[in-house]
Amino acid sequence: MLANLHPYVIAAIGGILIGLASWLLWWGLGRIAGVSSIASEVLTAPTHPDTWRWAFLAGLIVGGCLLGQGLEIPTLPTRPLYLLIPAGLLVGFGTVWGSGCTSGHGVCGLGRLSLRSLVAVGTFMAAGMITVTWMRGAA
Amino acid sequence: MTEALQSSPLRAGRLGLAFSAGLVFAAGLVLSGMTQPLKVLGFLDITAVTKGAFPGLWDPTLAFVMGGAVCVTLLAFAWTQRLAALPVFAYQYHAPSLSQIDLPLVGGAALFGVGWGLAGYCPGPALASALLSVDALIFTGAMLLGMLICKSFLSKKAQIGS
Repeated sequence: MLANLHPYVIAAIGGILIGLASWLLWWGLGRIAGVSSIASEVLTAPTHPDTWRWAFLAGLIVGGCLLGQGLEIPTLPTRPLYLLIPAGLLVGFGTVWGSGCTSGHGVCGLGRLSLRSLVAVGTFMAAGMITVTWMRGAA
Repeated sequence: MTEALQSSPLRAGRLGLAFSAGLVFAAGLVLSGMTQPLKVLGFLDITAVTKGAFPGLWDPTLAFVMGGAVCVTLLAFAWTQRLAALPVFAYQYHAPSLSQIDLPLVGGAALFGVGWGLAGYCPGPALASALLSVDALIFTGAMLLGMLICKSFLSKKAQIGS
């Protein structure tokens, strides 16, 4: 069934699911579904008695693994460490310093009409676009 | 309050709901192609829009994902607190309190954007595909380390400031 839909329609359905998951967390726990905040809180306070963050991350990791395998999503061959490690460090450091990523500032922050999040989204989108343009020019 | 949250039915509800939200979130990421770094990089490669008829070689998929997700969260954040004074399994809504546009916000977002443009992973998709590819796993490890470094940098700064 899904295969008959235009890829953009499937992408929008996926986006709606991401939005619904964020709604679920807000309605149920009164929490923002910000993946970088949730992951970094768990890192610094892993034994915090309120374990909802662990449960969310478990759902995200297990769900991604099962669905990725079930739908046979193509994976990349491993890229060089000199690319992956600086990229990971920048994403980790930047999302904690900037208080959010594509989910917290993008999906939730824009939905909350937060000016801070709008500025963050504009900044990381622009930085990402400049980086890709520079990389492709250099390659 | 924290003790009350540990009462067993409430605790089970919180954990079940958070786990389900994680699952649905992952389903959305996988279905929309956001766990494939090349699709994300294809979106960020904005100058490709000039190559051929619109949208050229540019891949607008991510815009549809964001659009779909934000349509839902606009409704969610406009309505939920009017329909339910309290969350189902909690005693308050934890809305972010910061409102200033400051250096950490812009600097952090810029660093994040550079890393995102280098590898094509943001935190959600990286975690959702960490068990599926070594590529994502290595990235995720470095990302978690970057988070820890920033957390310790921020707590040192807070100590000096106080």
